[in-house]
Amino acid sequence: MTSLRMSPTRISFFIPALILILVFVVYPIIATILLSLNINPIPGTEIVEGAPGLENYVKVVSDKRFLNPKGVEQASFPMGAIVHNVIWIAIHLPLTLVVGILFAVFLQYVKGGSIIRSFIFLGMVIPMIVGGLLIQFSFDKDLGVVNLLLKASGLGFLAKTWTIYPDTALFSLILGSVWLWSGFTVTMYSAGLSSLPREVIEAAIVDGADFKTILFKIIIPMLKPVTLTVVAMTILWDLKIFDIVYASTQGGPGGASNVLALLMYEYFARLGDYAMSATVATILTLVVIPVVLLWIRSIMRGGEG
Amino acid sequence: MRRALRSGRPGLIGSPFKILVLNVVAWAVGVLWITPFIGIFMTSIRPFREVVLHGWWSPVPFTPTLKNYVDALFNPMFSLSRGIINSFIIAVPSTLIPVGIAALTAYGFARFSLPVKRYLFVTILFLMAVPQQMMIIPIFFLLKDLHLLNTYLGLILVHSSWGIPWITFFLKNYFSLLPVELEEAARVDGATDFQVFRKVVLPLALPGLISASVLQFAWVWNDFFFALMLIFDPDKMVVTQMLPRLKGQYQVDWGLLSSGSVIAMLAPLLIYALFNRYYMRGFRGWAMKG
Repeated sequence: MTSLRMSPTRISFFIPALILILVFVVYPIIATILLSLNINPIPGTEIVEGAPGLENYVKVVSDKRFLNPKGVEQASFPMGAIVHNVIWIAIHLPLTLVVGILFAVFLQYVKGGSIIRSFIFLGMVIPMIVGGLLIQFSFDKDLGVVNLLLKASGLGFLAKTWTIYPDTALFSLILGSVWLWSGFTVTMYSAGLSSLPREVIEAAIVDGADFKTILFKIIIPMLKPVTLTVVAMTILWDLKIFDIVYASTQGGPGGASNVLALLMYEYFARLGDYAMSATVATILTLVVIPVVLLWIRSIMRGGEG
Repeated sequence: MRRALRSGRPGLIGSPFKILVLNVVAWAVGVLWITPFIGIFMTSIRPFREVVLHGWWSPVPFTPTLKNYVDALFNPMFSLSRGIINSFIIAVPSTLIPVGIAALTAYGFARFSLPVKRYLFVTILFLMAVPQQMMIIPIFFLLKDLHLLNTYLGLILVHSSWGIPWITFFLKNYFSLLPVELEEAARVDGATDFQVFRKVVLPLALPGLISASVLQFAWVWNDFFFALMLIFDPDKMVVTQMLPRLKGQYQVDWGLLSSGSVIAMLAPLLIYALFNRYYMRGFRGWAMKG
């Protein structure tokens, strides 16, 4: 790899990107942090009321829509946006991982497997706003495929519009998001599988290893780098979830499916409280950072200098 | 196909019977997976009353109609035909600008020695992952000051800046894999860096540029949050922004919403179908190196 020495013309390759990123990405990030600390970063506006400090963080954490201790105690919704995000990860992450591995492994033996794979990938192609509407549609009492299946399998008494009840709204969205996001995990694992050395697996077959052994002792361990990336990206997606909830339940009923990104928007648009909105955004970013670091490490380990 | 284990190969699964069962189950699940798409499409092409009475899956009575599409496209409040035009007005420049700019930067990263390159690169990765929520409030006020709030140009600038980090990341990996001999030969012949970049590198990197463009276009088209925060005028709203507003106040009108959904996802689906290889390569490159 050649490495050409820096010169003024060469620096100019970086200038346009640098300007746009500084103005529209880096500055806003810093300004959001300042705003959350009640330090007004935008001259000529009156968007900060309190004195500089951590007051907003205290206010957010004690906001029931952020964290509802009573709901958590009684295990009834709403439990608060941050708890809902955690529940989202706890259910969505393992399910999409399992779906991803199983499809990636088994579709290799299926005629037209790549067609099924592209079916599954459709959830990644469409706007997430449409994704949210499709979820709502699928859980509708009369129109939805979920209730159609329940009725067909003799569980018709469970049929209802899942998204409008506090105790099922969040779960239906999470299951729907498994449906949408599996395209990502299947694609990643399929790509990972195709780059595994086939001799190892064939040698194991010759040695008489059964399928379970090969899957758990060879394939899954060898896919660990892929798993690391997939886990990080999935958690990031779960934490940032917004469109799906906005389109289907708007966080309702009664906040039962509210999430952090939506809470941030509520402060901004409905309440016009920009400092509180910035605080929720900063908390969201703080939660995201460890996962981002995990992801960056998994990428840098991939041989990048 | 460079699949490690070709379909139908004996071995891992075992008997032909097991493989047959696997095929049947896989196809059943695969069809089930796209049932919501089939459902929304079937709902969109028949009168909603018929769907309510008999279900979208019922083959009879079947009265095909385009009424839902006409209602959505020419809705008096939120006309999706206008929305689609707006989405194109936003998405085309929001693709070309960042791909052009990021290509320059990515080339710099791939070829020039930079004292703090590693840190800059990590910063780019970090910026790729920061939530949109973290920057939108200051952007809102910045655009307001610049009189760019509620304008196409404002949203295009934001999308372009937002796209630069991931496209730089993707193209840098792509450029690093290109052979340097041609570039060196051109330099020996006295070509400047920009000439080398334009005449040698860009043509070689065309597949990578297409991948990045396809994915960036689809993502800008699919975006909802930035548009929601920065565009208010119904005449300027993008299609994803109009769609949730077609929901009735009390009763969800699935006739209108189903056709609206199909309209809103048509462009990304077409792009995915037409540029499938580029799309998938960009997609894999976005999530991990290579």
